[in-house]
Amino acid sequence: MGGFRMTSNVTRFAHGSRVPGWDQAADLDKDPAGVPDPATVAVPAALRAEIEAAMALYPDPHSATLPALAAAQRVHGWCSPEAIEQVACVMGVTPAYLSSVATFYDMFELEPVGRHSVYVCTNISCSLRGADALYAAIEEAAGGDPQINVRHFECLGACDIAPMVSVDQVYYGPLEPADAGRLVDDLVAGRDPIPDLALARLRSADPNANS
Amino acid sequence: MSPTILLKDIDEPGLATLEVYERRGGYQALRKALAMEPDAVVAELDASGLRGRGGAGFPAGRKAAFLPKGDMDRYLVCNADESEPGTFKDRELMQKNPHMLIEGIMIAAHAAGVSRAFIYIRGEYETQARVLDAALAQATAAGYIGERILGGEFSCSVVLHRGAGAYICGEETGLLDSLEGKRGNPRLKPPFPAIQGLYQGPTLINNVETLSTMPHIIAMGGAEYAKLGVSGSTGTKVVSVSGHVQRPGNYEIELGTPSREIIFGLAGGPPPGRSVKLWFPGGSSSPVLTAADLDIPYDFDSLAKAGTMLGSGAIIVVDDSTPVLDVALKLAQFYRHESCGKCTPCREGTNWTVRMLERIDAGEATPMDLDIMASVQEHIIGNCLCVLGDAMAMPIGSMIVKFRDEFEAHMHSRQLAGSAAGAGAL
Repeated sequence: MGGFRMTSNVTRFAHGSRVPGWDQAADLDKDPAGVPDPATVAVPAALRAEIEAAMALYPDPHSATLPALAAAQRVHGWCSPEAIEQVACVMGVTPAYLSSVATFYDMFELEPVGRHSVYVCTNISCSLRGADALYAAIEEAAGGDPQINVRHFECLGACDIAPMVSVDQVYYGPLEPADAGRLVDDLVAGRDPIPDLALARLRSADPNANS
Repeated sequence: MSPTILLKDIDEPGLATLEVYERRGGYQALRKALAMEPDAVVAELDASGLRGRGGAGFPAGRKAAFLPKGDMDRYLVCNADESEPGTFKDRELMQKNPHMLIEGIMIAAHAAGVSRAFIYIRGEYETQARVLDAALAQATAAGYIGERILGGEFSCSVVLHRGAGAYICGEETGLLDSLEGKRGNPRLKPPFPAIQGLYQGPTLINNVETLSTMPHIIAMGGAEYAKLGVSGSTGTKVVSVSGHVQRPGNYEIELGTPSREIIFGLAGGPPPGRSVKLWFPGGSSSPVLTAADLDIPYDFDSLAKAGTMLGSGAIIVVDDSTPVLDVALKLAQFYRHESCGKCTPCREGTNWTVRMLERIDAGEATPMDLDIMASVQEHIIGNCLCVLGDAMAMPIGSMIVKFRDEFEAHMHSRQLAGSAAGAGAL
């Protein structure tokens, strides 16, 4: 026999934890921050107006947390400590509360990222049709360009155009690995990427739908 | 030819505008519903036999009737978080015919005595959110949304709320927490949302397709709608077919249509030279079926009898070119990523399932591991606040039962490859 290799060594991180980065979310030497003082936090007027408008839509203003974080991310590029502090200031909540929410959702960026987002669906329907090769091709074509944020993403709800990508929140597919270069070139040149593959062109597959 | 209701003329230019929608008879059903007593609207929904199209298949009329009466704020939430792998029907419905959804929301709101409605749409659906925003603005300007709708007593607002990327927010109580501005952790049930939901108030939660069907039920009458489909599964359903088929897409079928007709007749079946190995009948959470099950009628009860479920109506076909282990691993990795972490069986169970599948693929597993993996699945099911863990455990469990030989062969070949490589290195 001799074929079995049991992996018994568990990787340990700081403080003996088995979870990498568990202590990075907060500075453990600092006291928790309270609700920011509006007198000392400068918030861009447009961002403040957008958050306040969102808060007015709901019976409980806390419901505006996701739209407010999304708005701040559009302004700052990611959910930076500064962005979180500004949202906390307008909403009257603690930064810790907002961090707890921001870390839960995939679309909030917790590190600085490039201007363009490329979400590649690598869930089951897309991977059956070659999504993993597509992801590798896009990552290679992007070649570490700091302006292009290539990410694996879970099912984006467009398995009819699998394998597909969401570029700056617009859907495209089906893509061949060979389309990766064109996609990246278009993004770098500031053009609308691969317009011939946009979801918008698609008619219903059901032959009875438009008969 | 089966009747098309939801996808009828779905590609008509300008269907997303109020003008074209009204020209096609849009909002007439809302006028009809507003002239009826709320209880009469619920009775029509009941008579239609409409079952929820989001996944659980709960009778829509009964759900609306659960909301307590009396002087209190009631809420309606349209679940547009469509994140179940393989499902993309709501995306097409919202993008191409948003007013049909809005009309359905207003009818359901009237039936349940709701004054505030919310559409929780997943954050990734940017295009669809913009279409809905424009449609909501048009419908509000035309007096279909807001105070004293169409000059009557009924008032209701609609707010479009965008999520931010979390599968668990499609689970109704996770969705409510997310809508309240928190992490999307599911809540203990009971109390059910109909009694205590959004902001602690009675809340009716329905899927996009369920609500989009309501105008048609009111227009044609519940009894007439119930003539479509089969007993226990009335009406039509938009089925999303994806994976190894030649024509993936959304197809509207009459419930009870043989599954073979959907997978082969409509979607074209697997590519030439390939055959169906397994298929998910209702999204990635449903226990898998094999080629032997292709003649099962596609309806709620027939699929339940076959030990699986209709779920969200998403058929994913896997042909014989793909190892079952790859499918299982993709699935388990997805659920591990999306587990909110609140309940131990799901958080740990999804993680260990991934690690065991990786061990099989690395040639490090023993045949006993399959039994351990099966027992992990059994210990997840029914032991969590929500069914996310079950949604992994059911399909993985069914794969272990139905494809045990293939798992063992995979394990064995990887072990041989591993020891051959080891011998070579020495």
